Amino acid sequence: MEPILQIKNLTHTYGVGTPFQRSAVEDMSFDVYEGEFLGIIGHTGSGKSTLIQHLNGLLKPTAGQVLLGGRDIWADPKKIRDVRFRVGLVFQYPEYQLFEETVYKDIAFGPTNQGKTGDELDRCVREAARLVGIRDDQLDKSPFELSGGQKRRVALAGVLAMEPEVLVLDEPTAGLDPAGRENLMANIRDYHRNKHKTIILVSHSMDEIAQNVDRILVLKSAHVLMSGAPAEVFARAEELLTAGLDVPQVTRIAMTLKARGLDIDPAVYTVEALEKQLQALRKDGAVC
Amino acid sequence: MSAIIETKELRFAYPADEGGDPVFALRGVDLEIEKGSFVVVLGHNGSGKSTLAKTFNAVLLPAGGKVYVEGMDTLDEKLLLAIRQRVGMVFQNPDNQIVANVVEEDVAFAPENLGVPTEEIRRRVDDALKAVGMYDFVTHAPHLLSGGQKQRIAIAGVIAMEPECIVLDEATAMLDPVGRREVLSTVHRLNKEKGITVILITHHMNEAEEADRVVVMDDGKVAMDGTPKEVFTRIDELRSMGLTTPDTVDLLDRLQKDGWHVPLDALTVEECADAIAAAAKN
Repeated sequence: MEPILQIKNLTHTYGVGTPFQRSAVEDMSFDVYEGEFLGIIGHTGSGKSTLIQHLNGLLKPTAGQVLLGGRDIWADPKKIRDVRFRVGLVFQYPEYQLFEETVYKDIAFGPTNQGKTGDELDRCVREAARLVGIRDDQLDKSPFELSGGQKRRVALAGVLAMEPEVLVLDEPTAGLDPAGRENLMANIRDYHRNKHKTIILVSHSMDEIAQNVDRILVLKSAHVLMSGAPAEVFARAEELLTAGLDVPQVTRIAMTLKARGLDIDPAVYTVEALEKQLQALRKDGAVC
Repeated sequence: MSAIIETKELRFAYPADEGGDPVFALRGVDLEIEKGSFVVVLGHNGSGKSTLAKTFNAVLLPAGGKVYVEGMDTLDEKLLLAIRQRVGMVFQNPDNQIVANVVEEDVAFAPENLGVPTEEIRRRVDDALKAVGMYDFVTHAPHLLSGGQKQRIAIAGVIAMEPECIVLDEATAMLDPVGRREVLSTVHRLNKEKGITVILITHHMNEAEEADRVVVMDDGKVAMDGTPKEVFTRIDELRSMGLTTPDTVDLLDRLQKDGWHVPLDALTVEECADAIAAAAKN
């Protein structure tokens, strides 16, 4: 797999030359591969938000580089707008950014700015709406008539309609109820499966990250603490806990079972996987 | 024990769009909240849980039925101040509830408005900030604090009114896991040490584990009401209402179906692991 995004020795320092000078991202390096579903986790202040704002050039590195398709995004600052079309960023609580008269117009805002018109524009808007489960008859409504969860879908569709190569989602399910969270994540998984585009998911929820992504990047105080498949990361659950992060409830049950003397591999993060392990133990005659 | 809040056939409707029918958010709720208890109200978006919370201190008034706070009818305008002094609210967004530029001034806002004498305000502000573990930040600027710290300041602002009851309306929804734990341990401590009644509105199931009582709202009505163990073992009903069960219960349910002799109601990680370990060693 080819890296689509390469972060090279990225540093971002706020308030340079003031008493508040502080690096939110420090000498960070990692690659993001084409078609990958990457999760980024880290508690407040770990540098997540600062990092993702570099991926589409909203922030400029104090030092280091961000390469998109092998090219430094700041090589030609006049072309930074193109980068923003290619890397779509969905902020936290994006529903507060809706502003148009109709759902259709709101979704069409980004692709229109890209220069899309006529049938192509219409296709992008309708396809994006369908991807997030907005019905055709809702397209002519005012976005402000919709429920909170639906507004968030419209905002997401507005970014998807630009058909970005990389989609960055900052806490897409914050504030939604369990059913709303699961529906939205199912939409995002479908999009990933059907479009094979790169997705970067930033979340506080270990469970959400564990169940969706191929690889997890754990940030801690401006640095990358860990990078690996969910099972690899959760195998280091103790470290995660000391870093002030949660581990999935299932992982904690497995850790406690191991501490109680059962032969359990604690690097699990789904109920099904732990059930399987326990059933296998029973079959072996080790228990029951 | 006596009730601090009592609702009787409580109904509430939001005004309709032009020509439409009013939208009923509460369709007959009968509840009694015991003084000193810790009650969690769960429900999916649109179930009526936030509307219910807002009727508890007369932010919203019943369209039908009654809400009584220590026997006082919230429809009686003369009692409004007395009611709001007894029941304080903390809302979802930490940035929407801070009014002053210095932490101690923010916490002093309510007692100042209530006409509390200056020395008494000083004492209450200090006590409130100590109670939420934010006394070290007394002269800080609120906007430089983390989300969890801001919510604790908002809670201190409520405590400075010396209320009988605090209602938290999804007050942890915008916080990270650390902030969420800070706020939860703060309200649990206030409940235990000061005997303040806590009503926590949330859709995070795991916040309900340690509650005395869980009320599940669905379609504007109380769908379930009981201890966490009673409520969370009703797996199919919860799922049909768009709610999830804790992974502990989910795992125990699967193991039971596989023929393990485990109980369903071992809610916490510790209890669950103990139950499985015990079954395994038999």
